[in-house]
Amino acid sequence: MEGIRLIEVKEEIQADNTAKAEALRNRLRKHKTCLLNLMSSPGAGKTTVILKTIEALRNGLRISVIEADIDSMVDAEKIAQAGITAVQLRTGGFCHLDASMVEKGLEGLDLASLDLVIIENVGNLVCPAEFDTGAIKNAMILSVPEGDDKPLKYPLMFTVCDVLLINKIDYLGIADFDVHAVRERVVRLNPGITIFEISSKTGEGIGEWTQWLQRAVDEVRFS
Amino acid sequence: MHELPVTESILKIVLRYAPAEGVKRIVRIFLEVGELSDLEDEWIQHYFDYLSKGTVAENAQLVIQRTPITFQCEACAHVFEIRREALHDLQCPECGNTGCNLVSGKGYYIKNMEVV
Repeated sequence: MEGIRLIEVKEEIQADNTAKAEALRNRLRKHKTCLLNLMSSPGAGKTTVILKTIEALRNGLRISVIEADIDSMVDAEKIAQAGITAVQLRTGGFCHLDASMVEKGLEGLDLASLDLVIIENVGNLVCPAEFDTGAIKNAMILSVPEGDDKPLKYPLMFTVCDVLLINKIDYLGIADFDVHAVRERVVRLNPGITIFEISSKTGEGIGEWTQWLQRAVDEVRFS
Repeated sequence: MHELPVTESILKIVLRYAPAEGVKRIVRIFLEVGELSDLEDEWIQHYFDYLSKGTVAENAQLVIQRTPITFQCEACAHVFEIRREALHDLQCPECGNTGCNLVSGKGYYIKNMEVV
């Protein structure tokens, strides 16, 4: 065709979000507040893990939660019942949180008086891996009933996380799940990841996980 | 899944170029998408067709090229490409070490566009 010319663009499509996320991280560090982004499939146990984490750390830390849900308030109500401020973000069909949505959630919180904010991201292993939320630490939960093939199916998610919580280990033996294989698959994708085996039901492993989180929060608090 | 917000960003970026460059119509937009990033090419185009109605980008064709996944070995620093299907067997082809970190293969990038 005549008159067609080429214009160089050379732009990252997510550049806006990445810049917002970076600005958010700087603001959090200034307030000495740690932001943890927790991701998983639906039903892996995000809300229960958050409740157990709060229970373990609430004596020493001031904690709030941002709950992302496509269109319900169920999770936020559970957190509020535990006496913790929970901000509900209705994503209105969106499958993930991005930095602007998190910023909106933080508007309802006083960062200066918080040590830790936990984001419960939307339940899925695809979209949340693509969008930087501005979190200082990223964690994901893989529960035993989901199967040990998830690192093969959703490799990106496993490469963006600092921590993997293998939850519902009380199901080991009932479900066909090879913990050793999962560990090997995940460490191959992300050698820097820390893995904890936990059960929100029996409390197993929760102590090790919350000690790790306490250290992560302290790094931000005393920096 | 997340095709809609990605498409919105694409449109926003290309329309930003239009006035300064005297663009009458955008014909094709060349995108690069990392092999690790899940994205349905067909849906991106559907969303784009819908969102771009009435703009200079209306009817533009999105040409999506996949960019390879690369990892770097922690032991010998060798950088290598790997196909997504081969990730279960990820190891350094030079030294056989299994500790390798992701270097590239995710994200979305607009390379250039054809305009009249």
